[in-house]
Amino acid sequence: MLEIRNLHVAIEEGTKKLLNGLNLTIRDGEVAAIMGPNGSGKSTLSYVIAGKEDYKVLDGEILLDGKNLLEMEPDERAAAGVFLAFQYPLEIPGVATMTFLKAALNAQRKGRGEDELTTPDFMRRVKAGAEKLGIPQDMLKRGLNVGFSGGEKKRTEILQMALLKPSIGILDETDSGLDIDALKIVSEGVNALRSAKRSFLVITHYQRLLNYIVPDTVHIMLKGKIVRTGGKELALELEANGYSDYVTNAAA
Amino acid sequence: MVAVKETVEQVKQLDVDQYRYGFTTDLEVDKAPKGLNEEIVRFISAKKSEPQWMLDWRLDAYRRWKTMDEPQWARVLYPKIDFNDSYYYAAPKKNAAPKTLDDVDPAILDTYKKLGIPLREQEILAGVQMSKVAVDAVFDSVSVVTTFKEELKKAGVIFCSISEAIKDHPDLVKKYLGSVVPVTDNYYATLNCAVFTDGSFVYIPEGVRCPMELSTYFRINEKNTGQFERTLILAEKGSYVSYLEGCTAPQRDENQLHAAVVELVALDDAEIKYSTVQNWYPGDAEGKGGIYNFVTKRGDCRGANSKISWTQVETGSAITWKYPSCILRGDNSRGEFYSIAVSNGYQQVDSGTKMIHLGKNTTSRIISKGISAGKSQNTYRGQVSAHRKATNARNFTNCDSLLIGETCGAHTVPYLESKNASAVFEHEATTSKISEDQLFYCRQRGLSAEEATALIVNGFVKDVLQQLPMEFAVEAQKLISISLEGSVG
Repeated sequence: MLEIRNLHVAIEEGTKKLLNGLNLTIRDGEVAAIMGPNGSGKSTLSYVIAGKEDYKVLDGEILLDGKNLLEMEPDERAAAGVFLAFQYPLEIPGVATMTFLKAALNAQRKGRGEDELTTPDFMRRVKAGAEKLGIPQDMLKRGLNVGFSGGEKKRTEILQMALLKPSIGILDETDSGLDIDALKIVSEGVNALRSAKRSFLVITHYQRLLNYIVPDTVHIMLKGKIVRTGGKELALELEANGYSDYVTNAAA
Repeated sequence: MVAVKETVEQVKQLDVDQYRYGFTTDLEVDKAPKGLNEEIVRFISAKKSEPQWMLDWRLDAYRRWKTMDEPQWARVLYPKIDFNDSYYYAAPKKNAAPKTLDDVDPAILDTYKKLGIPLREQEILAGVQMSKVAVDAVFDSVSVVTTFKEELKKAGVIFCSISEAIKDHPDLVKKYLGSVVPVTDNYYATLNCAVFTDGSFVYIPEGVRCPMELSTYFRINEKNTGQFERTLILAEKGSYVSYLEGCTAPQRDENQLHAAVVELVALDDAEIKYSTVQNWYPGDAEGKGGIYNFVTKRGDCRGANSKISWTQVETGSAITWKYPSCILRGDNSRGEFYSIAVSNGYQQVDSGTKMIHLGKNTTSRIISKGISAGKSQNTYRGQVSAHRKATNARNFTNCDSLLIGETCGAHTVPYLESKNASAVFEHEATTSKISEDQLFYCRQRGLSAEEATALIVNGFVKDVLQQLPMEFAVEAQKLISISLEGSVG
């Protein structure tokens, strides 16, 4: 379970708050979607949960299964079960995707005090995961994300998530830059990972993605906080009416 | 990347000081008086019982050196070196000329054991190492032992110290010594000619493929002692040899001088592959101490279709001044230079290569990867030239620099010179930084800051690491990570 309480965040003290008293709880197995206009703080939230150093947490707490994430390094949070699928995955030249996957998986296992996977066991898991996502074997030998298309990058992010088996998967605008076929593949990949123990935080601008990854809850975010929470029908309502009602209300 | 985990563990084992070869060995030594003059040159020659011609050669070099000036063009800064403040000869006292390993002082064998250099042939044969490597171990000024001599002899290969070669193979030495790097070549090379103390000699007869890797391991132990080694490798027609060189030194507050000369000669259809892992003491975190490394390495592709390939991994030394070069004299000859130069702390590196195209259809390839961290400065300096007769000369150069942090510098200084219109030279260069975003991405996947840096750096140097013999590649990978310890976070 992910619990965020009264979270206040800025780039540094005294500057404009990017998150302004945000509260959010995601139960085990729940798929929560966050929607909101540009600049409402959606990506900031995902970075703060994952522990990016560019932000200063002024107040509040983030607990994952009762553990205080704010006291942990980014790699410790990863080992504790946080996975962030990046909107713009980074390129690591010269490091084969396969090599990267193995290093990451073993680092997390080590962080949790588990043994490393044997190479055949690891290879089997990667092959199975890659096949489901339509990732060809030769792509795994290329430098991570180097020369990958937008769709290939996103599929690789989902492959990483499938291998790392997080307790919360955060998808930061995973649908951006995807054509409809790629969107289907990625969504199927995510849906296959849904389980009673694993929760998801799906950040998106558009309702379209939520046709494929159907959320349990939808939260509307504005000016650094959640302004409305509802079921999956809320997304449809937004699609029809836009954010203008909320923006006007918030301004009033 | 198997080594990543090992690397990181190794890094963690280290304390504040990362240099794990910094211990000294206590030995009784036979030293020349401090300072440099004609008497010292005579002393060294006499210690080695050299023939008159060798002494004359040294004295001639010494007199020329007296008239020369230190080169100033490199991008390195250091206080003026007082050449009279060093010892130019130091040798372990016992067993001046050991016949077998049993005659070697156990303290020295212990040193090499600590360094992980296998000298005992039976251990190697018993499978301690994966493949057989013949080793020549040079301790301060003398070669202490050369392994696998007998086995090499069967193949007709000569692998011995240069001192022995001067006595036992004077014709070869006379013919080739100074034929690639002339006595007057440069200040440090000329100094080396006058006072060189030991080094390795390799001769591969016509048509022979050397049955194992040859390796020399250089160790400076004595305080205030300069090491001036001299290496000469001759590959006769159609022969092949792969040679590895490794270096370490104890940790000392004073700067120590190392000025080596390496000459390679490849005749028709011969190939020499020369790999170096240089890990001299780089100085402490404040930039105190460390080796001044002024080295002249040059290969002569004298015969048609010959090939010389230099691969270097440079992680040590306070100052590195080194340009392993190829003279592409024979038609269709090929020169290669693959380099990884890592600098951290206050290290200064000015390194690169020269590819001198003289023959027709000669080709050369330069891949240089510089990594700077801390407050270090890392310069690639390379020259590619085509003589007017070098029809169809081809060169490809790729120079990449990676910066870690805000306080280091990377510099690229290429010189291209063509006197033949048919020559094609290509030069590519990039400078990049490990970005915070890249690090965060890796850390989000579970890697620590150090593991993430090691992974990104290993990716950056991959093209060059692939050129090294297997055992060395793993070692080099570890070394690079250790050298960069403390550069992030």
